[in-house]
Amino acid sequence: MEKSEHLDLYQQMVVIRILEGRSAELYQQGKIGGFLHLYIGQEAVSTGLISARKPQDRVITAYRDHGVAINCGISAKEVMAELLGKATGVSGGKGGSMHLADVNNNFWGGHAIVGSHLPIAAGLALGDVYQKQDGVTICMFGDGATNIGYFHEALNLSKVWKLPVLWVCENNQYGMGTTVERASAVSEIRQKADGYAMKNDNVDGMDIMKVREKALEMIEEIRSGSGPQFLEINTYRFRGHSMGDPERYRQQEEIRKWQENDPIGIYRRYLVEEKIASEEELNGEDKKANEIVEDAVHFAESSPEPAAEELFKNIYVEEGR
Amino acid sequence: MPEKTMVEAIRDAMDEELERDENVFIVGEDVGQRGGVFRATVGLFDKYGADRVIDSPLAELSIVGVGIGAALYGMKPICEIQFADFIYPAFNQIISEAAKMTYRSNGTWTVPMVIRAPYGGGIGGGLYHSQSVEAFFAHIPGLKVVIPSSPYDAKGLLKSAVRDPNPVIYLEPKKGYRLIKGEVPDEDYVVPIGPARVSRSGEDLTIFAYGMMHYYALQAAEQLEQEGYSAEVVDLRTIYPVDQKTILDSVKKTGKALIVHEDNLTGGYGGEIAAIIAEHGFHDLDAPVRRLAGPDVPAVPFSHPMQEWFMVNPEKIFKSALELARY
Repeated sequence: MEKSEHLDLYQQMVVIRILEGRSAELYQQGKIGGFLHLYIGQEAVSTGLISARKPQDRVITAYRDHGVAINCGISAKEVMAELLGKATGVSGGKGGSMHLADVNNNFWGGHAIVGSHLPIAAGLALGDVYQKQDGVTICMFGDGATNIGYFHEALNLSKVWKLPVLWVCENNQYGMGTTVERASAVSEIRQKADGYAMKNDNVDGMDIMKVREKALEMIEEIRSGSGPQFLEINTYRFRGHSMGDPERYRQQEEIRKWQENDPIGIYRRYLVEEKIASEEELNGEDKKANEIVEDAVHFAESSPEPAAEELFKNIYVEEGR
Repeated sequence: MPEKTMVEAIRDAMDEELERDENVFIVGEDVGQRGGVFRATVGLFDKYGADRVIDSPLAELSIVGVGIGAALYGMKPICEIQFADFIYPAFNQIISEAAKMTYRSNGTWTVPMVIRAPYGGGIGGGLYHSQSVEAFFAHIPGLKVVIPSSPYDAKGLLKSAVRDPNPVIYLEPKKGYRLIKGEVPDEDYVVPIGPARVSRSGEDLTIFAYGMMHYYALQAAEQLEQEGYSAEVVDLRTIYPVDQKTILDSVKKTGKALIVHEDNLTGGYGGEIAAIIAEHGFHDLDAPVRRLAGPDVPAVPFSHPMQEWFMVNPEKIFKSALELARY
């Protein structure tokens, strides 16, 4: 990997961290409203994973999607404006936090109904098979989604039809406030893929280099015709399920233990120890990331609200499309 | 012009659309090698191959979900749900995903897909092979809901549905699959989604119906004529978005409205037509609006006489219409 690529990935992670922190503040100020699910602690997962995709590879995820959108190339401005529901947001303010979407960056959402996007991912992958394209669909979901019917139908169907999908379970240990052990018959989620005779693996989601390496390997195997594969990425969200979560279900001790493994700290140490970048350079990246987010906040706050007539637009495909 | 059955017309429409556009494909349970449980896709597997006429696992939500994904990709899927009664597992995919994709993405995503499902009773199917499901979907902006009542319309409307850039729910009155016959041109034509059709012109009252009930309404109108009453019959064809103008024009002309559907009465689609007439055509009315619908029981029971009691038929329509005409 080139140094510039490392610095880019590092910057993406820091942008996500700062953007999520600023979102939390704006939420507390009442400027966002609704529901807000932060990605803090899980930055290495999507940054590593998406760094392994090629432009033709599609990404689709669940509702904890701000970080994934940034990694897919949506600007912090468009993300932040969408969080504030502004006309300049990536979906013109119609989507909001959980429903970011951008076809130009091959980012297929942002889906709020747990597990509901998995069959859709299979359909996107069917498109590649049908059109004889070599794209891989990367479908991300949480551990909670693996207990719902969509998951099992989609895995089965993808295997039967040999669809080019990388199923990625971000196991952050909790479905809302319920631990994996209390909700899933198997605590190692990847075992569920065994039931569909699907090749599977797991990786430490706090270490971006490990995530990237594993993702590169699996995506290229799928591209070469292996059929679908399943990757469980173990991670931890540092914050509650959403901004409204009092977090009575977990101990401060547990949170501290995971935070010592901060994915940004791990990557930073790696970059310095491997002499890829100096502390000063990384501080410079932090500063740039901060500017990117502050610009985004300013852009979002100063953007107009959607016009009233937008309410009735795009219910159906508009004439002339 | 050749005479065809409803199901033959539906098959022809799919055949022609598969031929016309390589992005069109069919997916569903046993649609391929078996040709569909009602034979609606017979011969298409041999003609277009397993890649375009795709046998799916028995998994309705996935049939629709995969269709949505493929449609987002730019394909034109025709998803077959074997019986409308089985559509409920796919409900979330249709309501929350297909119907909302264009809106939530502010127009950047489109879902050009058709979901076909045979619906309705009167075939001895019992509780889970007889249901009418149209009212659920006619409530959802983002969807279009189409119900043909003749072979000609079945072909033309299905071709329009395949070409429509939006998700279309296409409900087929399965009792009429082989019972209803009519002239169907061999050549390419479309019947636009949206407009209703005045299928019989009359003066004394209007019967509004769709699907199998429209077929019966025409028979009831014949009977009414023998009693000296002239009934206008309107085939709604597209129930969402509905053609308000044709409905109101007819009420203006006849002053009396009977709305007929097979689905049970309460919360049924007929309430919407009644509301349109009440809101916008009240001063044209010479009698209260009437609804004739299935009874408010959970489903069509199996026993033959019970099924008969449940089902709206030409005789019931005739009696209701006669009362209204004499009002």
